[in-house]
Amino acid sequence: MKRRNFLQQTIASSAFITLGGLSLQSFNSSSKKHITILHTNDVHSHIDPFGPDDGRNANKGGVARRAALVDAIRKENPNTLLFDAGDIFQGTPYFNYYGGELEFKLMSMLQYDAATIGNHDFDNGIDGLNAQLPHAKFDFLSANYDFKNTVLDTHVKPYKIYTKNGIKVGVFGLGIQLDGLVEKRMYKETKYLNPIEIAQDMSRILKEEEQCDLVICLSHLGYYYRNFPEKASDLNLARATKNIDLIIGGHTHTFLPKPTIEKNAVGKNVLVNQVGCYGLYLGRIDFYFDAHEKTQEKGTTIIV
Amino acid sequence: MKYRIIILLVVLTFITACKKDYHLEKIKGERLSINDSISGVQTIEDFIKPYRENVNKNLDSVISYAVDTYSKTDGEYNTAIGNLFADATLEQANPVFNKRTGKNIDLVLLNHGGIRAIISKGPISARTAYQIMPFENSLVVATLKGEHIKELVTYLQLAKRAHPIAGLNIVLNEDYSLNKATINGQPIDHTKAYNVLTNDYLFNGGDRMDFFQKRDSLYVLDYKVRNALLDYFKKKDTLNPVTDNRFIRLK
Repeated sequence: MKRRNFLQQTIASSAFITLGGLSLQSFNSSSKKHITILHTNDVHSHIDPFGPDDGRNANKGGVARRAALVDAIRKENPNTLLFDAGDIFQGTPYFNYYGGELEFKLMSMLQYDAATIGNHDFDNGIDGLNAQLPHAKFDFLSANYDFKNTVLDTHVKPYKIYTKNGIKVGVFGLGIQLDGLVEKRMYKETKYLNPIEIAQDMSRILKEEEQCDLVICLSHLGYYYRNFPEKASDLNLARATKNIDLIIGGHTHTFLPKPTIEKNAVGKNVLVNQVGCYGLYLGRIDFYFDAHEKTQEKGTTIIV
Repeated sequence: MKYRIIILLVVLTFITACKKDYHLEKIKGERLSINDSISGVQTIEDFIKPYRENVNKNLDSVISYAVDTYSKTDGEYNTAIGNLFADATLEQANPVFNKRTGKNIDLVLLNHGGIRAIISKGPISARTAYQIMPFENSLVVATLKGEHIKELVTYLQLAKRAHPIAGLNIVLNEDYSLNKATINGQPIDHTKAYNVLTNDYLFNGGDRMDFFQKRDSLYVLDYKVRNALLDYFKKKDTLNPVTDNRFIRLK
């Protein structure tokens, strides 16, 4: 039986949450591992920074600056993964003129590892998205869009496992219900499957069958819908599943100043994060591991 | 053979026993701001440059000329810029609709909120079209029976906003009651079906224009509102829209 103590302290602007257990710690510095996860969402073709005269986001954003930040973090920790939670397309004339080519080429230059598909990524139709895929040197992950009867069949994987410094990171994608949001003639025969059920399945496969050390969901479901609390959202997903460590969200353009800590179906902590939109921010989550005997039980400290 | 299986089993057990089980000790999360304190990577800047220059060249090339500055706040029930929206989309969409169906568009209804910027006096570029219509909405034609057109008229009567219209003429009394409503000069016929040009946002219930859901048929024109405006601007040397009597209140 696991014994859980919940302790929350606020020091300056940071909140420390400790999930304590048996304290049979045996430190071995050589067995420490550190994985850094970086993420964006809803960049919406915002390649150039906002100008100095912009009413809201003056001098913010910009892909070249994001690249500099990502480079610096990769130098600091080579075991870094970079993800996007969808809605790469639509929002500036770059998309209208080049159909997403530049967005994908730049994300490839920044060495994104994977992205999930947002509703706006269908704005030039499923064929428009497919036409740009050759420019993307990263994976597209979606577990609840069934593309079997579409041109995207086999081009989009439900999940992928990234091994960094011996740590297995299992990543799967989830997309929002397209009916009512995207015209049928755009998404064609794409089938939307219940994201919560799929996530329960995916997290079991990744944690139990694939023995991943870390399970991450790239979600374009939206953070939470106050007026439709039953609607599939990241918070509902966190509560209804187990074995997910981090949900990287999108769609609702929610600017979270720090990741939300939510309890999953078995009372364990899940991090839910989203960094608004337009590439104004980069989300960063660091996971620190140490090797231990299977019989040991220890807690995880969360600093946000 | 049997030994090989045993050896394999032993090796497998050994590997399993040796596989380190990593414990997640600590998680740290933070949000990093991307702003002008970071200097961008030059190779990325250089890569974007030709794309940016091409887009800007296209966007900034002059395609027409505005005689005056036009804002959607210029009038109570109809404005020059709103009339331009309605008339331009009608002129551009009707040939497309007619070619496909053999019929003509009877009236246009767009929304006041959909005009996202002013048109400034002077040269008009493609960028102007992106500013006044940044959204990707497309034009659709909904066929509505006369009785539902009456709902549309009531909507406009109650909205008290200069929603862009064309083909339709509405006169309100001083007390906001309906004085008359005509379509192309004729009274609205209950038994007749009318072809209404609008955008897919409004058709799908945007701005609570619920009457569109009572349509008999829907024609998707595959023509973006912005592209219709762009095509119209390219055709016209000068833009000189005016406020007129298509929707007025008697005083």
